[in-house]
Amino acid sequence: MVEKAKLDREIIALRAAKEFKDGDIVNLGIGIPTYASNFIPVGREVIFHTENGCLGFGPVADPQTADLDLVNAGTQAVTAQLGMSFFDHADSFGMIRCGRIDICVLGGLQVSEKGDLANWITPGRKIGNIGGGMDLAFNAKKLIITMEHVTKNGEPKIVKECTYPLTAPHCVNLIITDMAVIEITGEGLVLKEVAPGWTADEIQALTEPKLLLAPDLKEIELI
Amino acid sequence: MPVNKVLDSPEEALKDVFDGAFVLIGGFGNPGACPTWLIRALEKQGAKNLTLVGNTPGFGRAMIDLMRKYGDVALMPEWFEDGGILVQNGQVKHAICSFPVSPSPLVKTAFEEALDRAEVTVEILPQGTLAERCRAAKMGIAAFYTPTGPETIVEKGKEVRNFNGRPHLLEHAVKGDFSLIRAYKADRWGNLIYRGTSRTLNAVFAGASTVNIAEVDEIVELGELKPEQIVTPGIWVDRVVLRPKEGWVKEVQKW
Repeated sequence: MVEKAKLDREIIALRAAKEFKDGDIVNLGIGIPTYASNFIPVGREVIFHTENGCLGFGPVADPQTADLDLVNAGTQAVTAQLGMSFFDHADSFGMIRCGRIDICVLGGLQVSEKGDLANWITPGRKIGNIGGGMDLAFNAKKLIITMEHVTKNGEPKIVKECTYPLTAPHCVNLIITDMAVIEITGEGLVLKEVAPGWTADEIQALTEPKLLLAPDLKEIELI
Repeated sequence: MPVNKVLDSPEEALKDVFDGAFVLIGGFGNPGACPTWLIRALEKQGAKNLTLVGNTPGFGRAMIDLMRKYGDVALMPEWFEDGGILVQNGQVKHAICSFPVSPSPLVKTAFEEALDRAEVTVEILPQGTLAERCRAAKMGIAAFYTPTGPETIVEKGKEVRNFNGRPHLLEHAVKGDFSLIRAYKADRWGNLIYRGTSRTLNAVFAGASTVNIAEVDEIVELGELKPEQIVTPGIWVDRVVLRPKEGWVKEVQKW
C-alpha cells in the first residue's frame, strides 16, 4: 500500500499563520508552531510575545547575528525590531493570565473531543516540562494546536478522552494536522479542511471521536 | 560611610550559604540569562541539601556539551554552566521548577538523572505560577489565586475556589534564602539593569530572597544608570559581583 502524502511541518505552520490577523498578539510554542513566524504575509502586522519577556521581536536570527540576550521561548536567537519591548517573567505571565494573548499556537500529544489538551509529559517518562504551555493553554483567547494527526504507530491523537496528563481542560479551539483542519465547537469536532488527496472518511478512520462535516468542507487553502 | 554592595568575588558573596538553604536561580535555561559564575562559586562553596528554585533546575555538564556539539554553537558559549553542576555535585535535594527534563528524548538532564536515582525530589509548576509565587514573596503577599492549573496534576493538594465563574488554585509565596541573579550593569547601591530577554526571572528573583546577589558585566558610577532606566532598584539587591571578561555581553543585535 502506498502511503498518502501528508503535509510537512512547515506547511502546517503556514496554515496556522493564516489565522493571524492584523494587530494580533501571538505566542508560538516550540516545534511546528515556531515556523509560523516565517509565514506572515507582507503588510500584516502581527506582534509576537514570548514568555521569557519580549514583545514585538522579528524573525529567527541566523548564526552570525545570534545574540545571547535576544532569544525566544525555545531559546532560539531572534532579531530586534522597532517597537520591541522587554519585561520580566512576572509581567510576561500577567499578560498571559489576564487574556492579552489573542492567539497561541502549541504542539500536542493528544486533544480530546471536548478540547482538552495533553502535551506536557511524553509517554514513558516519569516527569515532563510544564513550562509556559499550561498558562498559555488556560488563558489564551484562542488556542491552536498543530501536530501530526496520528502517532508514529498510527494511533489517533485526536481522542475521546486524553489518556496522558492534561495540560488544560476545554482549551483548544482549532486543530491543524498534517491531514486536516478541525474546529472544536459546542456541538463537537467539525472537519473544515482536508489535505490534498484525503477524503473525510479517511480522516474519520484516523480520528477517534465522531467528526461533523462543515457545510463548506474544502481542501486546505494555504494562500 | 558610602554604601557599597560590591564584593570582590562570587566566593565572598556566597560564603554564608548554609546547608538546607532555598536558592533561587534566575534565568530561563539559556546562557545569556544564567548567573553562571555565582553557580560555580556555590559548587565550590559546597553547601548541601539545597532546594533550587528556577525555571530549569539543571541541564548539567554532559547535556550542555551535547547542546554545544549539536545545537546552535553561537548560542552555547564555552563558559556556560547551569544549576545542573550543583545537582551533579550532590548539593541538591529538591527543586521547585517548571522545565526539569530535556526536550529531546535522546538525552537526560542532570536533574532527571538524579531523579531517576531518587537523590532528589521535585515540584513542577506552570512557569507563570512559579514566577508569581516568587514575586509574591518579594511583594509581601502570602498567597494568591491563579486561574492556571485546575483539573491538572498541578491542582493536587491545593484549594480550588471560583472567581468570576472560573476555578482558581491557591498558591503560596516561595521565599528564598539566596537569589542568584544575572544582570548587565550595577552601581554600588545595587541598582540594576538587564539586557534583552536576560531580564526574565532574574528581575523577579531580585528581592525574593533574604540575600539577593547579582552578577554583572560592569559596575558603573552612581548616576550613570539613569533613574528612569533602572529596572531593579538597589533596595532589592544586597550584593554585587563582577563577571570575568570572557562572559561579558556581546551586543550583536542592536536596539
